Amino acid sequence: MSNRLKWLMIVAVAVVALGATTIVGVFAWQQYQQRSLAPSSVETTAPSGWDSGDRIVFRNTAPGQGYGYVSSVALADPAGSRAITGTACDRVDAVAEEFSCLRTVRGIAPTYTGTLYSNDGTELQTWPLSGVPSRTRISADGSLIASTAFVTGHSYATVGFSTDTRIHRADTGEDYGNLEDWTLIIDGAPSTPVDRNYWGVTFVDDNTFYATAGLTTTGVTYLVVGDIAARTLTSVTGTVECPSLSPDGTKIAFKRVTSGSGPTVHWTPAIYDIASGTVELLPEERSIDDQIEWLDDDTILYGVPRSDTAGDSDVWSLRIDGSAEPEILIEHAWSPSVVRADAGAR
Amino acid sequence: MYISFTNKPASEDSAADRKTRPGRRTVSSTVVTLGIVSMLTDISSESVTAVLPMYVTGALGLSVIAFGVLDGMYQGVSAVMRIAGGYVSDRADQPKWVAFGGYALAALARIGLLFATGFAAISAVITADRLGKGLRTAPRDALITASSKPESLGTSFGVHRTLDNIGAALGPLLAFFILLLIPDGYQTIWVASLAFAVIGVVLLGLLVPNIRSRAKADKAQRMPRQKFDWKSVTSRPMRRVLAAAGILGLLTIGDGFVYLVLQARSDFAAQWFPLLYVGTNLAFVILAIPLGRLSDRVGRARVFVFGHAGLLAAYVIAVLPMSDLAATLLCLLFLGAFYAATDGVLAALAAQLSPPETRGTGIAAAQTMVAITRFVSAAGFGLLWYSLGRETSMLIVAGLLLVAIPVILILLRPQFARQNRVDAS
Repeated sequence: MSNRLKWLMIVAVAVVALGATTIVGVFAWQQYQQRSLAPSSVETTAPSGWDSGDRIVFRNTAPGQGYGYVSSVALADPAGSRAITGTACDRVDAVAEEFSCLRTVRGIAPTYTGTLYSNDGTELQTWPLSGVPSRTRISADGSLIASTAFVTGHSYATVGFSTDTRIHRADTGEDYGNLEDWTLIIDGAPSTPVDRNYWGVTFVDDNTFYATAGLTTTGVTYLVVGDIAARTLTSVTGTVECPSLSPDGTKIAFKRVTSGSGPTVHWTPAIYDIASGTVELLPEERSIDDQIEWLDDDTILYGVPRSDTAGDSDVWSLRIDGSAEPEILIEHAWSPSVVRADAGAR
Repeated sequence: MYISFTNKPASEDSAADRKTRPGRRTVSSTVVTLGIVSMLTDISSESVTAVLPMYVTGALGLSVIAFGVLDGMYQGVSAVMRIAGGYVSDRADQPKWVAFGGYALAALARIGLLFATGFAAISAVITADRLGKGLRTAPRDALITASSKPESLGTSFGVHRTLDNIGAALGPLLAFFILLLIPDGYQTIWVASLAFAVIGVVLLGLLVPNIRSRAKADKAQRMPRQKFDWKSVTSRPMRRVLAAAGILGLLTIGDGFVYLVLQARSDFAAQWFPLLYVGTNLAFVILAIPLGRLSDRVGRARVFVFGHAGLLAAYVIAVLPMSDLAATLLCLLFLGAFYAATDGVLAALAAQLSPPETRGTGIAAAQTMVAITRFVSAAGFGLLWYSLGRETSMLIVAGLLLVAIPVILILLRPQFARQNRVDAS
């Protein structure tokens, strides 16, 4: 083959490949523009009253204007029209007066931040995250904030993933640091596995919380109870991920690996009774990968991605007595957080 | 052995000769082409890896914890594939086509990405990508060796690694730029990734000659075809190099830990944590060619060992009481210098000590030794980290490295006396 012919072929391949990319890109851009400028596909109301009354605060994933923004619906009418705020978050957790928001700051070099907002949209606090946002929880009285991020850009030329879970005070800003620096006590003895990771904090009171301790190599997970003053994490039981404490403080909803591992893992929501230590799996066929939220003492909420649309999801509800099938509570929603205006209780 | 400019088109040849002043070192066009192929492939793979966590969590709504489980497995599979790639390329004496297979596998994985939706499908695609990377590395480095002058092998690898890492830096930029324009434009990124991979594969297939070192050597010496001989992979000088690379690898804890120390002490590093590796990469790109040249002048073994002084400096600076900003920037600079002084230079050193018929395996052995010992080191250091605290454990490793560098200098002493030439016998 002559050199001229070789170069001709290379140029032809490059033109076709890059040309096709450009066409796909322009088409995707146009589609995105159309989608984001289109009116929201769901019924919306004015954002002014979004923080009044008993409500569910969540991330709106309805296509159209307001995609990705913090929204709320009345607790009494979750399927009704939603109020969309001007604050975009990837993950949100709210209490009566404020909310914690984790987001990716888009840019030619994206960064990731957590922000504490008051309900009127004022930034009260910001803190950097070491990677893609995963979970956030704010304690019932709003004094403590936990955030979990997937650490990225960690290791040279490898795709390594680990979590970075931190707790800090909302009022004084005091940072308790990465949970990996705390003392881990497994079955009564201090333990220092190299590959430990923590995620999914749920607060009990001003000093106590539950979380998951996971060993990434073996896939073993523990439910641990954290003591902020003592900086300890003590194992309670095994195979519990992403705990969430019920409003009455008697049960923990979590996801449990019921089959597979690695990329084929299947999580089923389950309930752990703190007093008796019993665990019951709930009647949910799909794999649930979310930190569960409690609607009330009998019902849990979780997000399920829509299989047909990337980036869209619904919030489902499920009774914990297993008496009913799961059902959609809020369409086009993610990261639900139940806020009752009366007490700090959730 | 050096295949002169015969791989170049005649017209280009004379043009290059005119431009080249006598005595000035240049690298062969094949090395540059291989560098560009690597650059395109790295643009392709890094654009995907950079956005993968965002895609999995944001678009698929899944957590990525499971990736952690997979990572250890990938490392093992990649190491095995690397040796296999080197061995097959040596046995068949077809370095180009084995490398081509590796690049093509990565490109095919990109097509899979266009149709993959679930987490499992994406992991399969990533695994195929890793397998391809393992497979192609050693035969490609053997090709670089075969098309370089023995005395400028370090420079050749420097040029290749520079281009390679430019690609690694451009990939994420391209991906994030697409996301900036189209926030949900992952599909566009996959298409762009496929485009760059295909161009890379075509460039390799059409422009890079299949330099059959064994056939050439046999012809030159009018001897029967030499058989693949494991003995030459484990020859005495090679054993010393493997031991040196292994010992130093055991003290290379991975920059992740250095970044974590910086993150804990410095607001600047905490804010830019996800991008610290870009700083290291930049230093690598700037320093790879100068340090490659230096290795040609003063000896590859020397530069390889002293390169670890850069690593030592990074460890110490990370815990040194100095301005946080300065500490962060200096750490990234020294880490980049460390990679620039060791990555390509080790390949050059291993190539220089291997006869043509086992060159791929020799290079693969050295690289696998480094990969495995670094993996062990990271795991072991994690243990220290949790039991003694981050600063103390960092200083302990720094102390061990301070002892190890002179020891390795003595171990590799015979290599310093050797000339930088590829043994063609």
